Amino acid sequence: MSEDVAQREWPLWEVFIRSRRGLSHQHVGSLHAPDAEMALRNARDVYTRRSEGVSIWVVPAAAVVATSPDEKDSFFDPAADKAYRHPTFYDVPAEVQHL
Amino acid sequence: MSAVATYALRLGDDALVLSQRLGGWITRAPQLEEDVALGNIGLDLLGQARTLLTYAGEAQGAGRTEDDLAFLRDEREFLNLHIVEHPNEDFAVTMARQLFFSTWQLALHQRLVASTDEMFAGVAGKAVKEIAYHRDHADQWVRRLGDGTEESHHRMQAGLERMWPYVAEMFAVDDLERALVEEGVAADVSELRGEWDQHVDAVLREATLTRPDDLATPPGGGRRGVHTEPFGYLLAEMQHLHRSHPGATW
Repeated sequence: MSEDVAQREWPLWEVFIRSRRGLSHQHVGSLHAPDAEMALRNARDVYTRRSEGVSIWVVPAAAVVATSPDEKDSFFDPAADKAYRHPTFYDVPAEVQHL
Repeated sequence: MSAVATYALRLGDDALVLSQRLGGWITRAPQLEEDVALGNIGLDLLGQARTLLTYAGEAQGAGRTEDDLAFLRDEREFLNLHIVEHPNEDFAVTMARQLFFSTWQLALHQRLVASTDEMFAGVAGKAVKEIAYHRDHADQWVRRLGDGTEESHHRMQAGLERMWPYVAEMFAVDDLERALVEEGVAADVSELRGEWDQHVDAVLREATLTRPDDLATPPGGGRRGVHTEPFGYLLAEMQHLHRSHPGATW
């Protein structure tokens, strides 16, 4: 894509939807829109057509700071061999319900 | 044909024909997102049309279904306004058409909610929420295009000029509707103009656009089955499958 066309493309927005029974907004995808107001409307049309949600957030994709694939080893591998961090090393008394 | 059946056909044909026009934007809108937005608006209108045409068929009492009315009537039997049959042309013309029609349709249905006819009141109750969104969508685009670049401003102004001649017909009342207004069935469209002007003028002001001049003798006749030339082509495209394969189903 040439720079000229890239500049004329609408910016990308990340869309978060809270479903009727959900407590938090979940990332559902992304879309293009000329500005925030139109991004909300496009999100309504693209992502809530089948009653998926009752609240929408849109965030400029450029505002998202993400981890880099290069940092994957130092960020995530150290947690891989620490199974004791999982709550699986004690017995649950039989009387305990609803756990 | 009863007056109620005719009134249901008028409102149903408005919705059906504009729905068909908006479907013409699928795969041709400026962006994928706009394809979906215009498709949604078209489907809302199609839903309104289905209920109204079904009701018209029942009120006629001749056993005609919504499909019979949509696919087997000829041009002179369609009672929609000229504004909804106007070709899409460019995006600005389509947005001018949507702003003008949705503003009118919203004001009308806000009154029909109180109709003494339960079917019209029911359709209106559901439709006002849909139409409020259609109008908002058009508001947003007319403001952005009008107050955008030199090119978008120029084309949006041209879109307004293109569609303005079809505005007057929306507010014309004939004897049939006057009688239905008396009975509390229909809403008096001639009373909607002030509200329509107020909304459209506010959008145009924000959009830095100029309100076009009214024509001395605006065209009309859609409610009597008199249509513009492009309407025949629209019907041919909409009806040919059903007429070529009678009774075909999914």
